[in-house]
Amino acid sequence: MEVEAARMIGAGLATIALAGVGLGLGNIFGSYISGSLRNPAAAPKVFGNVLLGFALTEAVALFAMVIALIILFV
Amino acid sequence: MAAEQGLHIEPMHQFVITRLVEMNVGGVDVSFTNSSLFMVIVVALIILFLTVSMRGRAMVPGRMQSVAELSYEFIANMLKENVGSEGRKYFPFIFSVFMFVLFSNLLGMVPYTFTVTSQIVVTFTLALTVFILVTIVGIIRHGFKFLTLFAPSGVPIFLMPILVPIEVISYFVRPISLSVRLFANMMAGHALLKVFGAFVVGLSWWGGWLPLTFIVGLTGLEFLVAFLQAYVFAILSCLYLNDAINLHH
Repeated sequence: MEVEAARMIGAGLATIALAGVGLGLGNIFGSYISGSLRNPAAAPKVFGNVLLGFALTEAVALFAMVIALIILFV
Repeated sequence: MAAEQGLHIEPMHQFVITRLVEMNVGGVDVSFTNSSLFMVIVVALIILFLTVSMRGRAMVPGRMQSVAELSYEFIANMLKENVGSEGRKYFPFIFSVFMFVLFSNLLGMVPYTFTVTSQIVVTFTLALTVFILVTIVGIIRHGFKFLTLFAPSGVPIFLMPILVPIEVISYFVRPISLSVRLFANMMAGHALLKVFGAFVVGLSWWGGWLPLTFIVGLTGLEFLVAFLQAYVFAILSCLYLNDAINLHH
């Protein structure tokens, strides 16, 4: 039963990665907004990169989710 | 909460593979599954889309033809910007991978369908194909010099013992990160939609409206993710190809 408890705690600990992902996502969109307010003409050009950064950062959260699922079920 | 009312939700049930036609060749299970069925549907849809929309071959493209030309130019520009003129040779490969991932992601958004890309087997095979192709291209083009990929130039020599293992590991982890990114995105998105769908049913008509509005928003987000993940998969393949062709520096 102790292994089971350790699993639960481990899966919970794996979600700490979300702190970094939250920082990263906020950073991406925050920088995008402040950058596009300074230079609105360049904003559409970098929006593709913003979405790419969003997708790559979101993937880190999902890596954490996969680790949590592996801890719980494998 | 929902379980107390006797409602049983299974968010992972949608990913279960079932055998449609049992087949066994020499002890290897090669059954035709619902996953294979949807892969066939995806490929058929792509072929149908590209042939039907380009049938007119008009100088001034109509609506369908411009969608097909747009997707062609999208990948052609991506290759030109990230790999350079050398990348044109690899256009058919990148285009096929992009269309396959995009169409299977979008087909998965139709209710009661099976999302092919939510299976780690499928995405890992795709990523491994990209990885092997990139490695072979690099070795053929540069031979022994391809190994300088793991030793960036302009780095102090005493940093090399630390840096080279890191570069080697990050190179060999590529197929894993590429496949898990796509697989986890699709699986998490579809499981999330299912969980919110269960909230709507569980809270019934007086409380289900709030999760229902969430589902509408999430479905929009999932369509964005479906396109973005195909884009990310294609652009990362381009970047890896660029590393192998131009030996980054």
